[in-house]
Amino acid sequence: MSTDAVALPGTELASRPLVSSLHDWVTTVDHKRLGILYISYALVFLLIAGIEATVIRIQLIRPHNDFVTPQVFNRLFTMHGTTMIFFVIMPFLFGFANYLIPLMIGARDMAFPRLNAFSFWMTAFGGLLLYFSLVGANGLYGAGNAPDVGWFAYAPLTSRTFSVGHSTDFWTLALLVSGFGSIGTAINIIATVFCMRCPGMTLAKMPLFAWLNLVMAGLVVLCVSPLTAAQVMLVIDRYLGGHFFDTQAGGSAVIWMHFFWVFGHPEVYVLVLPAFAFASEIIPVFSRKPIFGYPVMVGATIAIGFISMSVWAHHMFTVGMSSAANNFFVISTMAIAVPTGIKIFNWLGTMWGGKIEFKTPMLFCIAFLFQFLIAGLTGIMQGAAPFDWHLGNSYFVVAHFHYVIVGGILFCLFGAFYYWFPKMSGKMYSEALGKLHFWLFIVGFHMTFDFMHIPGLLGMPRRIYTYEPGRGWDTWNLIVTIGVFFQAAGILVFLGNLIWSYFRGKPAGNDPWDAWTLEWSTNSPPPAYNFYTIPSVQSRRPLWDLKHPDDPDWKYE
Amino acid sequence: MKRPISYPVIVLMCGRAIAFADTAQPWSPTNIFAPASTPAKSIFGLSLFVLAVTGAIFLIVFALLVYSVAKFRKRRNDDGREPPQVYGSNQVELAWTIIPILIVVALFMATARVIAFVQKTPAPSNAIAVTAIGHQFWWEYRYADLGVVTANELHVPVSDPAHPTPTFIKLLSADTDHSFWVPRLAGKTDLIPNHPNNMWIDPQETGIYLGQCAQYCGTQHAKMLLRVYVQSKDEFERWIQQQRQPAFVNDAVSEGQRIFETTACINCHAVSGTVANGRFGPDLTHLMSRDTIAAGAATNTPENLRLWIRDPNTIKPGSLMPAMELNEQELDAVAAYLETLR
Repeated sequence: MSTDAVALPGTELASRPLVSSLHDWVTTVDHKRLGILYISYALVFLLIAGIEATVIRIQLIRPHNDFVTPQVFNRLFTMHGTTMIFFVIMPFLFGFANYLIPLMIGARDMAFPRLNAFSFWMTAFGGLLLYFSLVGANGLYGAGNAPDVGWFAYAPLTSRTFSVGHSTDFWTLALLVSGFGSIGTAINIIATVFCMRCPGMTLAKMPLFAWLNLVMAGLVVLCVSPLTAAQVMLVIDRYLGGHFFDTQAGGSAVIWMHFFWVFGHPEVYVLVLPAFAFASEIIPVFSRKPIFGYPVMVGATIAIGFISMSVWAHHMFTVGMSSAANNFFVISTMAIAVPTGIKIFNWLGTMWGGKIEFKTPMLFCIAFLFQFLIAGLTGIMQGAAPFDWHLGNSYFVVAHFHYVIVGGILFCLFGAFYYWFPKMSGKMYSEALGKLHFWLFIVGFHMTFDFMHIPGLLGMPRRIYTYEPGRGWDTWNLIVTIGVFFQAAGILVFLGNLIWSYFRGKPAGNDPWDAWTLEWSTNSPPPAYNFYTIPSVQSRRPLWDLKHPDDPDWKYE
Repeated sequence: MKRPISYPVIVLMCGRAIAFADTAQPWSPTNIFAPASTPAKSIFGLSLFVLAVTGAIFLIVFALLVYSVAKFRKRRNDDGREPPQVYGSNQVELAWTIIPILIVVALFMATARVIAFVQKTPAPSNAIAVTAIGHQFWWEYRYADLGVVTANELHVPVSDPAHPTPTFIKLLSADTDHSFWVPRLAGKTDLIPNHPNNMWIDPQETGIYLGQCAQYCGTQHAKMLLRVYVQSKDEFERWIQQQRQPAFVNDAVSEGQRIFETTACINCHAVSGTVANGRFGPDLTHLMSRDTIAAGAATNTPENLRLWIRDPNTIKPGSLMPAMELNEQELDAVAAYLETLR
């Protein structure tokens, strides 16, 4: 295996005219460039959806506030949810998967580079289409604006009776278009992992990162397809006189819920498995130990994949299902806590007996463990159906899933940013700014989302643009809103750090973390062809074997 | 009727220790931990059990996390050698697989009992039957057996635990999805068009219980508030008798009545015994017997009523009631007429 690489003629980017280098970015099929495109695109949408969240929180800072109108508020939470799920978190995760999987499995690119580019541009245009509704669509009351039916878009609110104009169509088509992009990327990841591994890398020797993304991609294929089907049915209802969800003509509102959540719940695992993937790479390196219980981790991942397909109706405990159906979804929901718990214990087992270094990526991963533990436990509370008859659709749920998506996934994503930034840019980030970002964000996160549970327990439903005084909700909402500004400050420090480090950071070197997976064996940033020669491996930690020829892993695995 | 599920006393004691679980002085009128009706109480019992189990898990795992972060941090005087490389342990993996499975089974069984109890309790013969119909953005209540139709303020009799008189509510929707949630009385149940649902309550103390729509139903979802008046049996009986009367007729306000009946008001509103028989908006036959207007968004005062008729958007922007464009005299006359509908 070679640790150096040579630049091929024509790969030098310096001194090229701007137009021609932009043209390179638009027409690229290189998995690393597409990965960076995904990530930068998601960063832009993170800012937009973050501003939407801030406005939502300012409106809710006190009862009977009138910072925005109810119509605007409803558009804001619809756009915030849709954007964050489809155009922030998914592109972030696809971006990292795109960038890292070929490097980690010793391949020169994804299996289908052109499909890769196609998928990215579908996702990108899906996001643009959603926001084009601001100029191209009419809202519920004809005021010309963004969709306002909620990111879950329950029937029959989406029918033409209740949603006049075209805002709902923009929502539908944006998700349809980006859905094709997601399925394309998922197929690409599956093909890459199965067909492009370097010599010696059996499935049992792949980094956990590849395993988790493989299961994620399988889930995307299974769960985005029903969503796409439902969107097509909704378009048929709205424009071709169909009655799938048209309750006034005998259609079923509940069928939409099933379609949506049979996508929506596995989607949570689509988002969280790649976050687990980051943690499974970062925690071992900064604990200086291999991942504890690799085969069990793989098994737990596959178990999560399967079980997550059978829990969707726990989002529907209040719609009046039979007690038998409720019981089934209680047991399947609680069952998923077992493999998830195994993962948390295995990460703890990895840290146990190690020498933990508190670099920024590790700080974010430790916070992730703590927060994901709480998110899992509040999940169990809601899994107990009768408890959920109270908690469902209350602010408790909002707090719970933000604990998963921000406290779990976004924290891991920040960890991943700091961990792989040196590889992607060739520059080291500022550790001081990284730690400042961490502390600002964790203070803001806990102010916002810890206290958000309480109004839910006190009966505050979600998706309300204002609330009555005297319900005991006021103080909690004030604290929640203040926390948002700490988080916003953290995000600004993060972006500042990325930009400053990109231009002014110290050279990072090929392997700044003394890590063990293949991406650290090549240059930072890697050349277009990734590896000078295709590596061959003997164990799960090829670079450990290289660095410790006296005590290689393959003797024990 | 079956008694609510009783959990061990010790769990209830723990519950009391939660500062805001004092049922006598609810910290918030919509606190889920201050149940006042059997379904809410049995959910409360389960909640405490689940909270106790998850709380214990949290303490153990959190302690392990803090311990390993503190104990295994890299020391200042580190020798630079790698720690022992441990790849896993089947015994340990087995332990942290089997123990969670047992916990899950216990949680599931406790949950299944409460599901069966709340969902499968049949209506006794003396139960009050009410049909609640969700509208954008108000509630219609129809007591079919008693011949009463009202809006937004649900009246039910108090239920003596020794001789329960529960209220069974059939939930329908006239347009989009809604959800009926009065936290101190029961968990929420959705109102879905073409999908009738049922729930029941048996409030054991008189008083006003608050709640609101808990499923996003359109622009004014936030101001689709719920009020449940739990009354003694005599008071409830008097209320029913009063609601069954036809609308009060008073010649002094015949001008207002004429305007009301010759404008678009009657397309949506009904006043029994008159030509007004609209169904899209609340029944106004006994409007003045209600404490609030606009589904609880404003108190029912003459000023608010005038404001509401003049421009509903000032109280509830996006409400489906149009501004009626009446001149001042017409407004006075209509308001005077409505104020006689006791």
